[in-house]
Amino acid sequence: MAFDFYLSTMWSVLKALPLTLEIWFFGIAFGLIIATGLTWLRASGYKLGEYFTRGYVFVFRGSPLLVQLYLIYFGLSQFDFVRHSPILWPILRDPMYCTIVAMALNTAAYESEIFRGALRAVPVGQIEAAKAFGMSAFTRFRLVTLPIALRLALPAYSTEIILMTKATALASVVTIMEMMGTAQKIQHDTFRPIEVLTCAGVIYLLLNLSIARLFAWVEHRLSPHLRPPPEQSQLVKPIPEVL
Amino acid sequence: MSANIAAAAKAAPSSDETPAISVKDLRKCFGDHEVLKGISLEAHKGDVISILGSSGSGKSTMLRCINLLETPDSGEVRVDGELIKMKRGRDGHQIPADIRQVERIRANLAMVFQSFNLWSHMTVLENLVAAPTHVLKRPRAECLEQAEALLKRVGIWERRNYYPPHMSGGQQQRAAIARALAMNPKVMLFDEPTSALDPELVGEVLRVMRSLAEEGRTMLVVTHEMGFARDVSSKVMFLHKGEVDSVGEPKEMFARPPTPQFKQFIANFNK
Repeated sequence: MAFDFYLSTMWSVLKALPLTLEIWFFGIAFGLIIATGLTWLRASGYKLGEYFTRGYVFVFRGSPLLVQLYLIYFGLSQFDFVRHSPILWPILRDPMYCTIVAMALNTAAYESEIFRGALRAVPVGQIEAAKAFGMSAFTRFRLVTLPIALRLALPAYSTEIILMTKATALASVVTIMEMMGTAQKIQHDTFRPIEVLTCAGVIYLLLNLSIARLFAWVEHRLSPHLRPPPEQSQLVKPIPEVL
Repeated sequence: MSANIAAAAKAAPSSDETPAISVKDLRKCFGDHEVLKGISLEAHKGDVISILGSSGSGKSTMLRCINLLETPDSGEVRVDGELIKMKRGRDGHQIPADIRQVERIRANLAMVFQSFNLWSHMTVLENLVAAPTHVLKRPRAECLEQAEALLKRVGIWERRNYYPPHMSGGQQQRAAIARALAMNPKVMLFDEPTSALDPELVGEVLRVMRSLAEEGRTMLVVTHEMGFARDVSSKVMFLHKGEVDSVGEPKEMFARPPTPQFKQFIANFNK
């Protein structure tokens, strides 16, 4: 009996997985775009840009995502101009869009800090070498700064993506029936919180496990230079006397 | 001191040909500290100039001012007769007027750094191919072929697919020299190329540098290697407290130090 219940709950919650993934994907995609803009603004050297990004990070990193989500979903519709705006209203009246907006804005704050740190950690000498070989600022960024910074950012970035997976569960509080919403409904209908929440928890665990593995694989692919050399036994011929 | 410069100028080969590098009255401050107090230098094609000086004498800064890794406060730098154009920035400091010109000139002045500065996320071969393909826009296949030949020449062809952190300092520096050679530079700038190496690895790098000097490359070498300065270079320049203390023929300079400062300097090395 219990096994059947587990199975059916598992199945019901799994049916909501695509919706969870949809929120997750668009949240991190738009978040990445905003974070890139913020990082650029911060690195551009303009004082105004720096103050703006500092303020942005202060607000969106400093307050709970739940508060931000409520403010966007329940709060903004209070204003007449939002309700009458042909652009804002179609977005902000839809709980799905609101969740994606809240997640993107929130994660962008963290990611911009991750990227800022990674850019600053790129060794000066590597950039100087690129300069000394006549590379333009763009080429330098594309060939040297960005590839190194991405590798430095990846571990922290993957953690942020995993946090975002878990944050999708918040969508349930604004009526979205993604995995958590579905689980809660079953729980309310059956009064069997342990079974239901365990099912949901296990699915989240497996989801994050695969995300973590994926990032670990990417990291592994990108960092052969940080591992021991391929064949250490291979000897280098002595430098020829006559060059 | 001025007599020495005049003597060196007389000794220089055919004076009507355009110098590969000409530096005039270079000045540079870091905050209140004046690092370069009006340095002049001329390098003709085929010259190998060793730039000596104790730490803080401004020798590295001078080298870095030539390819604009540091921006000089005043003075002029000409490469192959072409003046690097400068202008006043908003804060009153000098800045390059035309960054495209600077990039074009830098491509002709390949630099070898004290700490190698190979791009660590690229294999040795990729390191050698990156700038020629992306800066000089040469075909990749041709660059690869040249890169392999250069790696054979410096004796690390076997390590062409290695990443820099997997190699010894000497191998990394030889790769860095090959990377510089891949640009077919008019002048090579060496910024203390052996100072970060273990003593037993210095020889292999010096041997490569010596072979470059022998094939007539124009080189400016900031170094602490007295042997190299005395035996390989065509001219020695000694900087002291941001000024050119003495310039001259290496044999002459080492046999009869022209100034007490230089005498003191080599005495410290022979201790």
